[in-house]
Amino acid sequence: MKKVWAFIKGCFTLLGRGSKLYYTWVCLLLVFMGIGILAYANQMYNGLITTAMRDQVSWGFYISNFTFMVWVAAAAILLVIPAYVYQWKPIKEIAILGELVAVSAMVMCLLFVTVDLGRPDRFWHLIPKIGILNFPQSLLAWDVVVLNLYLVLNFSIAGYMLYSYYYRREPNMKYVTPLLLFSIPAAISIHTVTAFLYNGLAARPFWNASILAPRFLASAFCSGPAGMILMFQVIRKWTKFRIKDEAIFKIAELIAYAMFINLFLLGAEVFKEYYSDTAHLAPMKYLYQGLHGHADLVSYIWTATLFNITAFFLFLIPQTRENQVTLNIGCILVFVGVYIEKGMGLVIPGFVPDVLGGFYEYSPTGVEILVSLGIWATGLLIFTMLLRIAIPIMNGDFHVSEDGIHPHIGDELFLVRRVEEIEEEADLLSQ
Amino acid sequence: MSDKNRKTSGNRTFQLSRRKALKGLAAGVGALALPGKDASAAFWESFFQKNFRELSKSEIRDVVSRLEKEYSTRYGKPVQVKTSPPMEGVLYGYGLDLSRCIGCRRCVYGCVNENNQSRDPQIHWIRVLRLDKERGVDLEHAEHYYNPAKVPEEGHFYMPVQCHQCENPPCTKVCPVQATWKENDGIVVVDYNWCIGCRYCMAACPYGARHFNWKKPGLPAGEMNPDTHYLGNRPRPVGVVEKCIFCMQRTREREGKYPACVEVCPVGARKFGNLLDHESEIRFVIENKRVFILKEDLNTQPKFYYFYSV
Repeated sequence: MKKVWAFIKGCFTLLGRGSKLYYTWVCLLLVFMGIGILAYANQMYNGLITTAMRDQVSWGFYISNFTFMVWVAAAAILLVIPAYVYQWKPIKEIAILGELVAVSAMVMCLLFVTVDLGRPDRFWHLIPKIGILNFPQSLLAWDVVVLNLYLVLNFSIAGYMLYSYYYRREPNMKYVTPLLLFSIPAAISIHTVTAFLYNGLAARPFWNASILAPRFLASAFCSGPAGMILMFQVIRKWTKFRIKDEAIFKIAELIAYAMFINLFLLGAEVFKEYYSDTAHLAPMKYLYQGLHGHADLVSYIWTATLFNITAFFLFLIPQTRENQVTLNIGCILVFVGVYIEKGMGLVIPGFVPDVLGGFYEYSPTGVEILVSLGIWATGLLIFTMLLRIAIPIMNGDFHVSEDGIHPHIGDELFLVRRVEEIEEEADLLSQ
Repeated sequence: MSDKNRKTSGNRTFQLSRRKALKGLAAGVGALALPGKDASAAFWESFFQKNFRELSKSEIRDVVSRLEKEYSTRYGKPVQVKTSPPMEGVLYGYGLDLSRCIGCRRCVYGCVNENNQSRDPQIHWIRVLRLDKERGVDLEHAEHYYNPAKVPEEGHFYMPVQCHQCENPPCTKVCPVQATWKENDGIVVVDYNWCIGCRYCMAACPYGARHFNWKKPGLPAGEMNPDTHYLGNRPRPVGVVEKCIFCMQRTREREGKYPACVEVCPVGARKFGNLLDHESEIRFVIENKRVFILKEDLNTQPKFYYFYSV
């Protein structure tokens, strides 16, 4: 126990150290969090009337963001599978970063659900034994269970491994491997359950399609890794941590496959709705063409479609996949494309037209946007903190010192532009 | 599924200990903060209040007297909060005569007055749709906000929609905390003190029957109806879901008492009664008229029947 305490104390010491850039970045995030908290205080004081949600469209920006963050969390297994199932070394070196993404994304998910609640003061009603969790009837209860499980699972795996490295030991794979393998079905379960949450509602034909869960998985395997590649690009340019090109290219290749399946499933859905042309076509028409003069989402969804198709080709063709510029563009296109398509593009048409044929066009208010920005900042802050600890540990810059008690901190700066170092390394390699 | 059998002897002992723990917690935290010892105690009592279906008889008495005191002070008149249980051998059914309805919306406002809905912002448990006679019941072309000088209008008919009190309710199934359930007389109710406001039930309801308190309900004291039911028309807090409860504060008191919307309808388009009573008017309607059920394919099995008398 003493050792754990020493480790935690060391981590906090480390969090306080860093370059000017690191401090600026953290302060910036804190400012956005502060704004988010103020906006949320406003929402708490006045009620959810401060949002644009109404009886017709009873879920909006918060739940869209929540759904998207579930995708991002999936990134972890796309690294875990090649790393630990196929023992592919370049990705094994970075798999732990995937778990840290999952941890941050899960925290964001839980925050997005919390700010959407009308009575957050009653959250304890969800805790089994103290309150009543309507398990297994309610899919929301399932979601509460699997999201928390996935959070704890990833936090424990990453935490234990980093703790071992800190004390310069190899982690005991007897414990880690089963957990890692378990995290694969766990990741699939968070998507399946989140998809079923929508899927199970017969009242909403737009969601009530059995293809929804596979579509969720496919888009998860696009946006999560895309976000991750962008993060890797930042990490390897601004910290001492090196990530091999081949690992990144491999992930990009996986995105191409996932995007193909995503587009294929979308096409299947569009075909079925348009060709059968039943009353259930209305929400899709509203999304892609506009209906009875209501067309708020049309430009967004076509932008997303264009982004997704472009990105598919960028990742499919090896030349553009392995070019840093087109690779980064592709990642941004996927991330934004899926954010629109499976965020607002999925949630809002579930409610428009509403169950009685009414139209209420939703677009988020300033409060909703500021609260969401605050949560994004919180997620990024958590991720930054986790990286601040994980990267030096993996580089060997943060470990227990000779006395076995005090930490040794070799990297005081953390975030610094490393272009020259990278060039030097490249020179060394070419010689 | 069997709601009334939730308390089995197995978890009874556990519940007792939990009850004690929560009570202790309430008393403990109650001593803290908040101006005035009484106000503070009431605040924490309501904070730690359990689901209505888990309350013992004496706890229900405590809750009711706390609420009655609170409402009476707030609205400046004696307010009664009833907890009348469902009557034996009663299953409510509702009939709506589409050939008679003239779309006057008197039911909408009669309901608001009876059931203490928020006036600002307005919450209506009944929504009247204007449909084209040419198209029939085609919801995609329904007009929700029709506002002519005079109804009925040429070429149109009207379809009021409210909670269908489904036998197979999709809304109660999805609630993550069991804050909403179907009572034995078929009425789907919400415990406003247990609802966490996630609005999953609103997404699940195919009839748009559930409404959310986006803001603190604006209910003028003068218009407040002091005859209330805990699971029905008592004043609602902000951030919870509410819905039509077939005026249980009236209909559960004695047989033959009608909901406000039935009483106020000027053309007698609304029928209400006991489905288990062979002699009831609602049974006559179902057995003898052309009846149709909205969204029958969803298997919600509503106890709300549209019919044509002529």
